[in-house]
Amino acid sequence: MTGITASSGSTHAGVLGIGSYRPRRVVPNSEIIEQIDSSDEWIQTRSGIKERRWASDDETVLMMSVEAAKDALKESGIDPAQIGCVVVSTVTHLYQTPAIATQIAVAVGAPTAAAFDVSAACAGFCYGIALASDMVRGGSAKYVLAIGVERLSDLTDRNDRGTAFIFADGAGAAVVGPADEPGIGPVVWGSDGTQHAVISQKESWQEAAGSQNWPNLTMEGNPVFRWASYEMAKTAQQALDVAGVPAEELDLFVPHQANMRITDAMRRALKLPEHVKVARDIERQGNTSAASIPLAITAMREAGEAKSGDLALIIGFGAGLVYAAQVIRLP
Amino acid sequence: MASTEEIRSDLAEIVNEIAGIPVEDVQLDKSFTDDLDVDSLSMVEVVVAAEEKFDVKIPDDEVKNLKTVGDAVAFIERGLNG
Repeated sequence: MTGITASSGSTHAGVLGIGSYRPRRVVPNSEIIEQIDSSDEWIQTRSGIKERRWASDDETVLMMSVEAAKDALKESGIDPAQIGCVVVSTVTHLYQTPAIATQIAVAVGAPTAAAFDVSAACAGFCYGIALASDMVRGGSAKYVLAIGVERLSDLTDRNDRGTAFIFADGAGAAVVGPADEPGIGPVVWGSDGTQHAVISQKESWQEAAGSQNWPNLTMEGNPVFRWASYEMAKTAQQALDVAGVPAEELDLFVPHQANMRITDAMRRALKLPEHVKVARDIERQGNTSAASIPLAITAMREAGEAKSGDLALIIGFGAGLVYAAQVIRLP
Repeated sequence: MASTEEIRSDLAEIVNEIAGIPVEDVQLDKSFTDDLDVDSLSMVEVVVAAEEKFDVKIPDDEVKNLKTVGDAVAFIERGLNG
């Protein structure tokens, strides 16, 4: 009997480059408050958000992804033609098919790479890193480009007091490839479909087709806050434990930038030491779902808070509900 | 069995820690939102802390009914003694 040759990959995988793209247009709270009968102070108290970025017409999901990917590829030093797979996490590429990943692959110079989209909402970047790491270690791709990108402003109800001030746009990318030492810890991930309705598109595309309105996003704030602040702190702790990284050795805590109050509650629940720097990009960027973690990391690097070799605990959580967390070493 | 006053006092400590409200202000007739300025997210934090402290379950659906400190104390008492 003829046997089948098994694939073989690298013993270890790591993040080799990270990039991001912030839309040009800054939208301060003052632009939001009129339509939701709110105030700058109310928004800041509830979310920590001072301003966010909303994409202009030319800043498409494709364009933002490609810009973020170029930066990540440049830092990695990898020839784009060596990318074996492009994984794109997004909920705002408005085609059911084809995936945006194939066009991104062409645009970045990896025209024949395997390419697909992932629907894992705000956990998307961490899902992408987990898939990429396993592909590199399993041998199905030597290098993987993992992207998180959103134009949530397209799906935001500007009149909804609960969400109009939260959601924003942007892109982030990471190149994952072989490494001499483990650069990506084991993923702790899962889902809770019993809570599928607490963050959701209000109606299907079919239901929206006959109306003038887009199917906006809706969220039940309190249950989401409770789940994210407390259950996700446990998941984050598990990611540290399985990676064998005690909190004392951690440099950065980069949770999905959902709400500053969630970040603060998680930080308290995790009892992180004072020296651990905490991502607070939401203040300037809003909640960009799958893009928020790489955007926050690049912001921390630009601010001098993060440097090459730092150990970062990343955790994404959101609609589904879905979640994923891992420890990564910054390139 | 914990007395109403003991529960109120422990709850006041929690509200103080989370929302910075002086413990002496956290009285049974006080509304969390109107009198104590505890917003909805802080209320979630108070509820989670109270669940741990008193070893009771306070479901999300129930939280909106806990308008005053007295409502919360009564709910916890029922959980403890029921």
